Amino acid sequence: MRYRVRHLTGYRYSDPVQLCRNEACLLPRNTPHQRCLDSRLEVVPLVTEIEERRDFFDNRLHFFAIQTPHNSLSITAVSTIDVEVDQTGYALGAQIPWEQARMGLTQTGELLNSAPYMYNSPHVTASAALADYAIPSFGAGRSITDAVDELMQRIYHDFTYDPEVTNVSTPLTEVLANRHGVCQDFSHVAIGCLRSIGLAARYVSGYIETLTPPGQERLVGADASHAWFSVYVPTIGWLDFDPTNNQRPHQQHITVAWGRDFSDVSPLKGVALGGGHHEVLVSVDVARLPDNGVRSNI
Amino acid sequence: MKQPSLPLNLDIDLLPAERFSALSTVDTPVPEQWQQLMAFLSRLGGSGLAKRCKDAQRLLKENGAIHNVFNSPEAPRDWQFDPIPVVFSSTEWQQMERGLVQRAELLNRIVQDLYGPRTLIRDGIVPAELAFAHRHFLLPCNGLFGATSPLSLYAPDLAKGRDGSYWVLSDSALPTLGGGYALESRLIMSRSFPQLFEPFQVHRLAMYFLALRDHLSSLSPQQEQEPCIILLTPGPDHPSFFEHAYLASYLGLPLVQGGDLVVRDNRVWLKSVDGLRQVDVILRRLVDEMCDPLELRGDSLLGIPGLLEAVRSGQVAVANPVGSQIIENPALMAFLPTICRHWRDEDLLLPSVATWWCGQAHECNYVLDHLDELTIRPIHPLPGLPQSTPGQLTAQQRQQWRQLILANPHLFVGQQLMELATFPTFENNEIVARRGISTFYLTAQRDSYVVMPGGLTRVHEDGSNLLANNEGGRIKDTWVLTEEQDKQVNLWLQAHPNQLLRPVFMPLPSRCAENLFWAGRYAERTEQTCRLIRSILTKLYEVNEFHDPDDRQSLDQLLRALTHVTLTYPGFTGEGADKKLADPRGELHALACDSQRIGSLRSSLISLGQSAYAVRDLLPEDGWRIVDNLRQNWHPRISKSQIGSGRLLKNINELIVQLSGFTGLTGENMSRETAWLLLNIGRRIERALNLIALLQATLVPCQQNSTEAQIREAVLSTCNSLMVFRRRYRSFMQLSLILELLIMDEHYPRSLAYQLHQLHKHICALPHDKLSQQPHQDQQLIDEALAELGRTGHKKLAGRAEGEEEYPLLRVFLESQKKRLDLLSDTLMQLYFSPSVAPQQLRSAPQEGRP
Repeated sequence: MRYRVRHLTGYRYSDPVQLCRNEACLLPRNTPHQRCLDSRLEVVPLVTEIEERRDFFDNRLHFFAIQTPHNSLSITAVSTIDVEVDQTGYALGAQIPWEQARMGLTQTGELLNSAPYMYNSPHVTASAALADYAIPSFGAGRSITDAVDELMQRIYHDFTYDPEVTNVSTPLTEVLANRHGVCQDFSHVAIGCLRSIGLAARYVSGYIETLTPPGQERLVGADASHAWFSVYVPTIGWLDFDPTNNQRPHQQHITVAWGRDFSDVSPLKGVALGGGHHEVLVSVDVARLPDNGVRSNI
Repeated sequence: MKQPSLPLNLDIDLLPAERFSALSTVDTPVPEQWQQLMAFLSRLGGSGLAKRCKDAQRLLKENGAIHNVFNSPEAPRDWQFDPIPVVFSSTEWQQMERGLVQRAELLNRIVQDLYGPRTLIRDGIVPAELAFAHRHFLLPCNGLFGATSPLSLYAPDLAKGRDGSYWVLSDSALPTLGGGYALESRLIMSRSFPQLFEPFQVHRLAMYFLALRDHLSSLSPQQEQEPCIILLTPGPDHPSFFEHAYLASYLGLPLVQGGDLVVRDNRVWLKSVDGLRQVDVILRRLVDEMCDPLELRGDSLLGIPGLLEAVRSGQVAVANPVGSQIIENPALMAFLPTICRHWRDEDLLLPSVATWWCGQAHECNYVLDHLDELTIRPIHPLPGLPQSTPGQLTAQQRQQWRQLILANPHLFVGQQLMELATFPTFENNEIVARRGISTFYLTAQRDSYVVMPGGLTRVHEDGSNLLANNEGGRIKDTWVLTEEQDKQVNLWLQAHPNQLLRPVFMPLPSRCAENLFWAGRYAERTEQTCRLIRSILTKLYEVNEFHDPDDRQSLDQLLRALTHVTLTYPGFTGEGADKKLADPRGELHALACDSQRIGSLRSSLISLGQSAYAVRDLLPEDGWRIVDNLRQNWHPRISKSQIGSGRLLKNINELIVQLSGFTGLTGENMSRETAWLLLNIGRRIERALNLIALLQATLVPCQQNSTEAQIREAVLSTCNSLMVFRRRYRSFMQLSLILELLIMDEHYPRSLAYQLHQLHKHICALPHDKLSQQPHQDQQLIDEALAELGRTGHKKLAGRAEGEEEYPLLRVFLESQKKRLDLLSDTLMQLYFSPSVAPQQLRSAPQEGRP
């Protein structure tokens, strides 16, 4: 499946900003399941240089600075991605008891793959409460695929999607207690549950294609950036799960980056000198392209 | 030799191992160096020792080594200085040195590996948690370490065990007590006990600092020019700001805060009064996670956004490299012997205190079974931990620890409670045994490390207090003896004959410029307020003595002037003024002593202290001492009813003398560079504005003839000009003559004309953007003020029409001058101080992906 994603972030300031430095994690990486065909970052006001580097997780980070006074800033990422999901990992995982998967994490040769994702990170602190929530799905000898699948389903059913209740820094304990949140929170809950019982889990930032109900016109820019989680199974690799949509990601999920939690892959970070108050506006558009390589004009 | 005043006989027999375990063990004799030292102290006698201790304590205070966080009610206790140093013989030290260097090399290699290939984790030598579960393992710093960015500085804490061997208690990349403290304690020791050094050959410390400076220079990305090296401090609110300032001035580095630096084009620039200046090397005293709010902690206002990217692009070097605090993880200690074997095929020369990392089942059980005998430490700071004083845990605390450890075993270690050796310490006129911990300092040099031949030892009555925190207690100088005399070494290099040396002027950071300007203003403001209050107190005395209604009227006029000059409205003007004028004592008391009242003497002194503190490395040492002494000690203890008694007058007279001392010291000791210019510009502006406010309040309104002369006399006296006026004019108190002296006379240092001429001279000498063709706004303003002065004259200003209640031309002139000077002050701020704009964090919207 081929997609064109356009992700715009705009900042508007009450006072001029004198100098602003930013770090963007917006352009998709390649994964075993996807290839990024082309991508670009447009910044207004114009910047002379955008530096790209790979972070610890091999995500693509971009650094730029606006060194002249400005009252607004917009960053647009446009990417074309081919997604081809191979579902065999889940089937292999269905053969492996979850305890065995856990044992494998600390074996030599696996350690450096799993270790970054096993411990507390800025947004996810393991706790007994999270372990308690996870345990009903992790009966003795149950396969890792089934167990995590069920955890995902339970989060989908137990938690209510509500963008008004949480923000970027709502603590996990609060999300767990209130059972409200957005995709970011659901993913953090799942990651916290898995780490609390000794598994390695990571946060995936990306997009999902939203299908328009028949008869309605597709609304350009009405999509949002999306997030889900992934669990590490030694010898097999990472298996993705989307608790917000209760599904294993397949052709409609586009990965941008992954990390321990949101803080590692936050699409944009910045420090501005001055600026007074600021407003943020985000618009995301995911469009399916014809597969024949001919680009549409979206 | 016995001294009658000495409460303790200091015979060697009285230095038994049981009492001073640091000196010897039961089986070994007291080493020679200690015998010599104690014999010397014994000759000095108890009272001699006590007297010198007082000197040392005074020096400690004056040098500011006390953790004096301004306005912090929970300011830690003062440190005391102990005159008995810790002494290492040269053989003892050689062994210590080898151990320290080996450990530093090992830790350097560990930090390189953890931020690089991570072979230690891959090969199972070190558990992954030690890095990945540790808060100071900063992922953005991955790959930043390498041959050109080693662990530059290393400072372990060591304790001597009862068996005489040394044990490392903790490893630090950014010690709470930096090397500047060791330097300071040596300085105090050599000043207050110079003779003590005579019988001994004590290693000097200067070589170490020379090595440090060389190392910093070697880190510079560019080797063509003299590198620009700065010392980055969290700022004057930091408890160790003293040490930062002290070290900066010793090493000759500008002392800089994060807000003084800006990253542009991946280079770090220092905002200085001469414009932006590129920084090559940063010696940092700011904790890792605060260094770059863009990539590390976003809420840090102390760091430099973009620093890490500048480091990555090789444009700046940081010492210690950001991320190196991972070596402070106490759990590493449990693995050091194995790592040392693995990499170096040798034993660790300096053992660590026995450490059990709870991430391993067996070790965890051991710790849980011995909670009462071990010190429990988290691997990184964690909030809300119960107290951990071994042997003193309540049942509830024990339970809390058990739960915490079981919930996250990998976050805790148990460490053996070391029985610390005791050192002889002079306390309350006796020699007593005190437990001690020493900090040693190392700096990288080529592929290895050099150790400072000395260190800092802290002693305390309570050993566990010493282990728990760094506050309170006594500090001791730490000596290393050498067989042969050290060459006289200091930081100065020898020039080759005929070598041409050009002076290097350090850039003056904008924030320092601002503080100097305000130090000048506050010093002058305090002095002027003093003089006016002094005139008022004299008048108050006359009123009470002679009950003359004219005195009363001029007193009222002066009191109103005080409110106008100090801007402490409503005060003696406006609502409620009558009551205050009738009994001015309450208001006067507040204007002298109330630190909360902006404009009072006390509050101006505090502000002066704060401004001067931030630039203390730029002020003459004695000048800073005066200010600090005033800030701490000028606090008249008088009640309201004692206002007229003469005690306040005495206090104020003292204050004036001290402030004049400060003025004289800065005038006679500072080179006429930008720093001095700004201090003096602040002073001149303030003096001019004060004079204008005083004249506006006293000479502009017409008075009755009987009081007029009195007020004019008081004005002259307040301006310290009465004698000059009498000598020069020997006549009546004529307004035009007063104005000739106080406004027009450009050769008289108290006149307005003099201030304007000085300002003109100083402002023209400031570094201006040479490329700009435009006349500079600051120069323009002072030119205009001088031109206006030139257009007027004292006779003209003293003119008025019959029946008018004021001198209108004088009023207009003063108003216009005031407006221009206020504008000049604002303009200088804009031009030179580049007022830092508050940084803010820009964040993404949350990922709100919908179902």
